[in-house]
Amino acid sequence: MSDLNQKMAAKYQNNFLKEIEEQAEMGEWVKMCMQCGLCSGSCPTNFQAGWDHPPQELFMMIRAGKRDEVLKSNSMWMCTSCYNCYVRCPRKVPVTHVMHGIAEYAYRIGQSPKNQPTQHLSKTFWDNCTKTGRVNEVKLTQSLYFKDGIGSGIKKAMEMQSVALGLVKAKRLNLLEAVGIAHKCKDIKGIHAMLAKANELEAKRKAEKAEA
Amino acid sequence: MTSVVATNQTILVVGGGISGMTAALEAAETGKQVVLVESNPYLGGRTVQLYRYFPKMCHPTCGLEINLRRLKANPRIQVLTLAEVTGISGTKGAYSVSVKLKPRYVNSNCTACGECGKAVQTEIDDAFNYNLGKIKAAYLPSSMAYPQRYVIDPSIIGTADADRAKAACKYDAVNLDDKEEVISLNAGAIVWATGWQPYAAEKIVYYGYDRFPNVITNVEFERLADPHGPTGGKILRPSDGKEAKNVAFIQCAGSRDENHLRHCSRFCCMGSLKQTHYVQEAFGDAGKSTIYYIDIRAIDRFEDFYQKVQANPNVSFVKSKVARITQDKEGNPVCNGVNVEGYKRYATAHDLVVLAVGMEPSVKGIDIPAEVMSDSSGFIMADPANAGIFGAGCATNALDVNRSVQSATAAALRAIQVVNKVARAEV
Repeated sequence: MSDLNQKMAAKYQNNFLKEIEEQAEMGEWVKMCMQCGLCSGSCPTNFQAGWDHPPQELFMMIRAGKRDEVLKSNSMWMCTSCYNCYVRCPRKVPVTHVMHGIAEYAYRIGQSPKNQPTQHLSKTFWDNCTKTGRVNEVKLTQSLYFKDGIGSGIKKAMEMQSVALGLVKAKRLNLLEAVGIAHKCKDIKGIHAMLAKANELEAKRKAEKAEA
Repeated sequence: MTSVVATNQTILVVGGGISGMTAALEAAETGKQVVLVESNPYLGGRTVQLYRYFPKMCHPTCGLEINLRRLKANPRIQVLTLAEVTGISGTKGAYSVSVKLKPRYVNSNCTACGECGKAVQTEIDDAFNYNLGKIKAAYLPSSMAYPQRYVIDPSIIGTADADRAKAACKYDAVNLDDKEEVISLNAGAIVWATGWQPYAAEKIVYYGYDRFPNVITNVEFERLADPHGPTGGKILRPSDGKEAKNVAFIQCAGSRDENHLRHCSRFCCMGSLKQTHYVQEAFGDAGKSTIYYIDIRAIDRFEDFYQKVQANPNVSFVKSKVARITQDKEGNPVCNGVNVEGYKRYATAHDLVVLAVGMEPSVKGIDIPAEVMSDSSGFIMADPANAGIFGAGCATNALDVNRSVQSATAAALRAIQVVNKVARAEV
């Protein structure tokens, strides 16, 4: 992973904007930002407590070549995909997608922040739902609650007890999923084959870009 | 029937704002016959609805008066008000144009004495003041209106109010049988100067123009500052009539925005800088202005004007496009956004928010009843395919008054060249 990081850093030297444009999905939009601030102003998350940098600051940092600060930032991971910024951007920059593109790139080259909750959820969710084609809610919740150890896991589980009971009563949560008896897709093999093909294509495309 | 003398050596000017008047006067003063068509009941367009001009802060009525004197002194210009071009056929040097004339219900006997206005009871929206107030349904559009003649609103025709207006007139000027008519006239060349309209601010949903009474547009603010406006020149906010001493100006409201107007409207930065003077003059040091901007585009020689406003301690600048306007319990509009200088969130309450809305062409290129090339915003482009039709002023681009006049003079010259050619051929 970090090999890829060193390779990319060497390849683009001090031109971080070009690196993002070529390697991150939707990165070519970064240069279109005119720094009006409508994206950050429209963002429903309170980024000053949670985010390092709002979107237009992140875009300016990319142009300024602040490679480490951008890639290691937690900002891209805080996006809730509400699409307010995307809809309103006067330059039609797909801000939401750019944020995800940068996040994915940072993760791919091993520079994303460690133990970042959104990143952890994304990965866990993906692994969980691709196994059977359906989400195993009990296992997903478990792996999230016990992310930081047994003690905090039990504490969180107790806090959420009434919600879980409500879900069970409404038949939205099946506790048997804990032992692997869970809803699944009919053609699991087919789904796995499809995802494997998609992975293969994406990996090929990204490798070609990295080598180009 | 209205009679108009027009031949293939006549220049038709469509639109009687500053551009149309300029084009008509420039052409007529070189000896050409001109027909000037205006859809409003008066000449002067958007310009006369301004309180002051930048950069010299002089009053538009002054320039209008000079132009009206030139117009009255020139027998070669025929003015048709309440008139709209509905069709153009023919070719360069030989156009045939149909013009729809709406009834005014008042003939040239009118002395503007105002008796009909006093007699009529119905009130209608005051279009000259951007509907900020009401006027009687028999009205003089503005004190400077040319022709200086009353208009009776069609909504009262057939009611007792119309009869009252007729009975009040001592000069037999009210003609309630006036009918809409369509006339046809010839022209060798056409100057299209239909001007601009302010962008519909309610379309910028997050600014709440149609939800919050104290969010108004820049053109409305001009009327508030004007002594002839609905508040007699006092800057009072619409919700409660309180003096608006803390005014926010939001730049690029609709302009430079792919979701609204793609172009930079050019005049709005200078317009807001000018309007900070109104606040300063009305309230002295108690009057505070805040300009929210992406970047200030005070083009070429206007940079001086910008620097003088910057030096005013009562005017502050926030580099940010406001993302949302909300309203607090006192009815104050609150600007929410992120200041690009430092990337900090703000939520600032003001007495009044003025949206510096941009220009869009009143008649988009595609709606002109002839083959005319226009850009993606609907502004007319100079193109040989336009033949003998020449755009002038804000029909061609977002321009201020100064540049509109330059554009109109250029269009007049092109039109003159066409009719000169016709004249040589006809000799």
